[in-house]
Amino acid sequence: MDLITPDFGLVFWTAITFLFLLLILRKFAWKPILGAVSDREEGIKNALKSAENARKEMENLHADNERILKEARAEREAMLKEAREIKNKMIEDAKDQAKEEANKLVAQAQASIETEKQAAIAELKSQVANLSIDIAEKVVREELSNKDKQIKLVESMLGEATLN
Amino acid sequence: MRLNTFKNVLFSVLFLAISFAGYAFENSDSKEGEEFNPKEMILHHVKDAHEFHLWDWKGRPVSLSLPIILWTDNGLTTFSSSKFHHDDNGKVIVEENGNKFVKFHEKIYQLEDNASVIEFDEEHHPINAHKPLNFSITRNVFMMWVSVVVLLLIFLTAARSYKKSSDGVPTGIAGFVEPLIVFVRDEIGKPMIGEHKYKRYMPYLLTIFFFIWINNIFGLIPILNGANLSGNIAFTCTLAVFTFIITTLSGNSNYWKHIFWMPGVPVPMKIFLMPIEIIGMFVKPISLMIRLFANITAGHVIILALMSLIFVFKTVAIAPVSVAFSLFITVIEIIVTAIQAYIFTILSALYFGMATEDHH
Repeated sequence: MDLITPDFGLVFWTAITFLFLLLILRKFAWKPILGAVSDREEGIKNALKSAENARKEMENLHADNERILKEARAEREAMLKEAREIKNKMIEDAKDQAKEEANKLVAQAQASIETEKQAAIAELKSQVANLSIDIAEKVVREELSNKDKQIKLVESMLGEATLN
Repeated sequence: MRLNTFKNVLFSVLFLAISFAGYAFENSDSKEGEEFNPKEMILHHVKDAHEFHLWDWKGRPVSLSLPIILWTDNGLTTFSSSKFHHDDNGKVIVEENGNKFVKFHEKIYQLEDNASVIEFDEEHHPINAHKPLNFSITRNVFMMWVSVVVLLLIFLTAARSYKKSSDGVPTGIAGFVEPLIVFVRDEIGKPMIGEHKYKRYMPYLLTIFFFIWINNIFGLIPILNGANLSGNIAFTCTLAVFTFIITTLSGNSNYWKHIFWMPGVPVPMKIFLMPIEIIGMFVKPISLMIRLFANITAGHVIILALMSLIFVFKTVAIAPVSVAFSLFITVIEIIVTAIQAYIFTILSALYFGMATEDHH
């Protein structure tokens, strides 16, 4: 029966000792230890979070770089295209101009050829006329005796001398 | 580190066996001619005592005398337990402060003025003496203070090491106790009480956990002759009362409603449940008290009983069996020291959690 009867003295000392231990440990042990542990846990949590943020930022930066690179590439592409276009246009223009010039030259040449031709024709005409007169003179001189012959000669000569 | 711990445990277990054997010898030797009484030896061992008996030397007990503090009609009376000259049968009478005291089966009696020998009736109640209020520093109280000193040394050192290190990384003993503290917080406090309210109860839970654990361990250390503090009902009773007080004081309206007017059941059921819940309020701490007391005491009793076999059978041949079995039980008891501390703490936390649970 002794075994299961709480002894008053021990209850008293246990209560006092336990309260003393609780108060001392609460103030000088549990508070600093639990504080340090939770501080550390907070620190770890924060560090993880900031690492995550840094990672995200890096990702953003990377995406930005990618975008800028893409833009630059597109710009280069556009510039090249423009240059090509300009080149083509310039060539085209030059061609046009050259053609025009050539046409002009051809036209000029044609015109001058025409005038030369006219002049030549005119000269030819005059020469033919002179020749005719010369021939006619000769014929006349030679054939003045024979009227028929005269006429025949003129006609044959004229026929030969077709203007071409 | 681990190997060292294991070695220490092994040594203490071996030591335990030797010391218990020695203790048993002492009992059988000192009462020569008398039959060895295992019950008496075991009960004497698991109960409290007024002196710290360490060992016998050449037939004389070597013991630490502890102060006896009594509150009598003549006021506070204090004297050393050595004045009883190791007598435990009420034969040596100590006269102090005008009163006469005797020690009988580790109880201090104050004799009536005219009495010279203590006498008992059939029910073992003293006829001519009474028990004064006894605040003596007994073996258990002494060991409790030793455990307090050890706890303070461990945890104050640990706390200081946190202050010293700037990055809060545990060093030295803090590295050893921190996992235990975090275990109490994460496996007992948080799940049982809840994320938001557990902080208030952490100092109590931590203190009670380590206080019970270290005293359980001290009870197993053989040279201390088993100061069986955590197997003493006064100790477990006091701690259970603390849990009860804290539970009752932190009970919210929801808790009291569940006790007196259970929501969600018909009225006759509410009336039926009320007395059950009121009884339950008290049964919870009582179960805490009995569980710890019975587990620790039973462990001590088993080890001592196995050792007593040698003296009951009066042969050394049985010794290997006794030692082997008590070694086995001792190893189990080492596990039980932690388990019982854990159970006491987790149930206390559970009761606090029930008392502070929000209505949902």
